[in-house]
Amino acid sequence: MSSETLIIQAGLSERSRKSRLPARLDLLQSLSGLFLALFMWGHMFFVASILLGKDAMWTITKFFEGYHFFGKAYPWLVSVVVAVVIAVFVVHAMLAVRKFPINYRQFRVFRAHAKSMRHGDTTLWMWQVYSGFAMFFLASAHLYQMLVWPQDIGPFGSGGRMWVDGLWPFYLVLLLLVEFHGSIGLYRLAVKWCWPNCSREFLKKLKWGITAFFLVLGLATLGAYMKIGYDYQENYKNGERYTPTWAQQAEESAK
Amino acid sequence: MSNGQNNTASGGKTRQRTLTFHILRYNPQDPDSKPRMQSYQVEEAEGMTLFLALSEIREHQDPTLQYDFVCRAGICGSCSMVINGRPGLACRTLTQDLETDVTLAPLPVFELIGDLSVNTGKWMRGMSERLETWVHTKEEEVNLSKAESRMDPELAEQIYELDRCVECGSCVAACGTAQMRQDFVGAVGMNKIARFKLDPRDVRTDDDFYEVVGDDSGVFGCMSLLGCHDVCPKELPLQTQIAFLRRKMATIGC
Ligand code: HEM
Ligand code: SF4
Ligand code: FES
Repeated sequence: MSSETLIIQAGLSERSRKSRLPARLDLLQSLSGLFLALFMWGHMFFVASILLGKDAMWTITKFFEGYHFFGKAYPWLVSVVVAVVIAVFVVHAMLAVRKFPINYRQFRVFRAHAKSMRHGDTTLWMWQVYSGFAMFFLASAHLYQMLVWPQDIGPFGSGGRMWVDGLWPFYLVLLLLVEFHGSIGLYRLAVKWCWPNCSREFLKKLKWGITAFFLVLGLATLGAYMKIGYDYQENYKNGERYTPTWAQQAEESAK
Repeated sequence: MSNGQNNTASGGKTRQRTLTFHILRYNPQDPDSKPRMQSYQVEEAEGMTLFLALSEIREHQDPTLQYDFVCRAGICGSCSMVINGRPGLACRTLTQDLETDVTLAPLPVFELIGDLSVNTGKWMRGMSERLETWVHTKEEEVNLSKAESRMDPELAEQIYELDRCVECGSCVAACGTAQMRQDFVGAVGMNKIARFKLDPRDVRTDDDFYEVVGDDSGVFGCMSLLGCHDVCPKELPLQTQIAFLRRKMATIGC
């Protein structure tokens, strides 16, 4: 057994040189959060392509499946990206959970503290804990679905999921969680590392602006998928995949 | 706020207010004591501070009320308490800036002596010993007849700025992390490390500072809620100091 193990087990670690791990974990917590938050920005723009039409969304989907590079779509490429996101997600959750109130005493005292302080940054953190906790479950379910059935992503598939499968309330909740959690997290990163001299008033305004922007975009996007899901429910139920307009036209002229 | 309209400082034509203080009372020495709220009414006087109001209560209404004061001028840091839910110095809080109903409670985290009196000194000593908040010099004989080494006035000013801390404990009481985790050093501790980091007479390196604050009860435990910054009665730049310390300590770890 290594001497380090024995020293730690004997409760003497405080007496030796301090571990460098806490520093790395702190950075990793922030970097994983940053990655996820920025990924969610990109993700929002990709899914919002549906607002430009079914063709636009189809094109983006096929792009991620490598269609534009290989001339053929490989949905497992999407699974690879999802796997990377899952890895970062798990790392982030594992590190952030260290900060949770871990028993009733801690929870109760923190809640009373936040209530009594009436202090924005303290209250925001509580929401970050609640939303983070909820995402353990909701985001995991979504990520699993994307990992295992990437081929279902598309105008009909995604729309049908919202409407026919009735998952829109699930996505609505997930949208709210991610937007609040992500933008509060980015705000926290700014005061924690990046702009320690910057006025928090200003940063908070920026944060609310970002939240509002992505919420509006997200709600519009969700609405668009629901409408497509409703309009094309038969296509979805028949397992049909969306054919882009140019391919439809090509087919017709071939006939 | 009610000043201006109700309390015009000029001409003594103030409409007098009756203030009601709701004070959290508890005596840990008395086994029968249970935490309870007790209310007192005090006629507001011009320029009244919470210190004056509490003296009024103790002198004329209830001699058993416990609270701490020394300097009455925001210098000693002993009168910090939770005023309407937020920590602050009682001797620096004017009643005219408050509503007529005021709740007072002792600072959390620190050992309670009784009512509004807490033992911040004990906590601060523990923190100081843990972080070794004194100038570490090389082990050479201290020569008192030798002139002190010179210091750039700008640097001296910077150190002085951080040295203004009066160890009142408000930052610790305003910290969400400190409420949950008793061993957290708090902003007061991190500010001290920042202060000694600046001091050229202190021979400690960043590696040495990492030994005392480089973990989750030190700077990495901080979740940047910054209640500390927002309540510090000395308006110390805690947000900036903590972020700089975090960056430095994170670099040491990488
Ligand atoms: C199971 C899922 C998640 C959990 C349990 C979780 C939990 C947390 C908690 C408790 C914090 C505060 C950490 C602290 O105060 O030091 C945090 C920070 C953060 N989270 Fe999450 N989170 C999750 C998922 C996400 C997702 C999907 C995103 C992206 C939108 C994200 C972005 C962030 C960011 C940017 C931070 C700031 C990082 C920092 O302060 O170091 N998190 N998370
Ligand atoms: S940093 Fe400010 S709030 Fe904290 S102990 Fe010092 S003076 Fe009080
Ligand atoms: S009595 Fe000294 S700071 Fe208030």
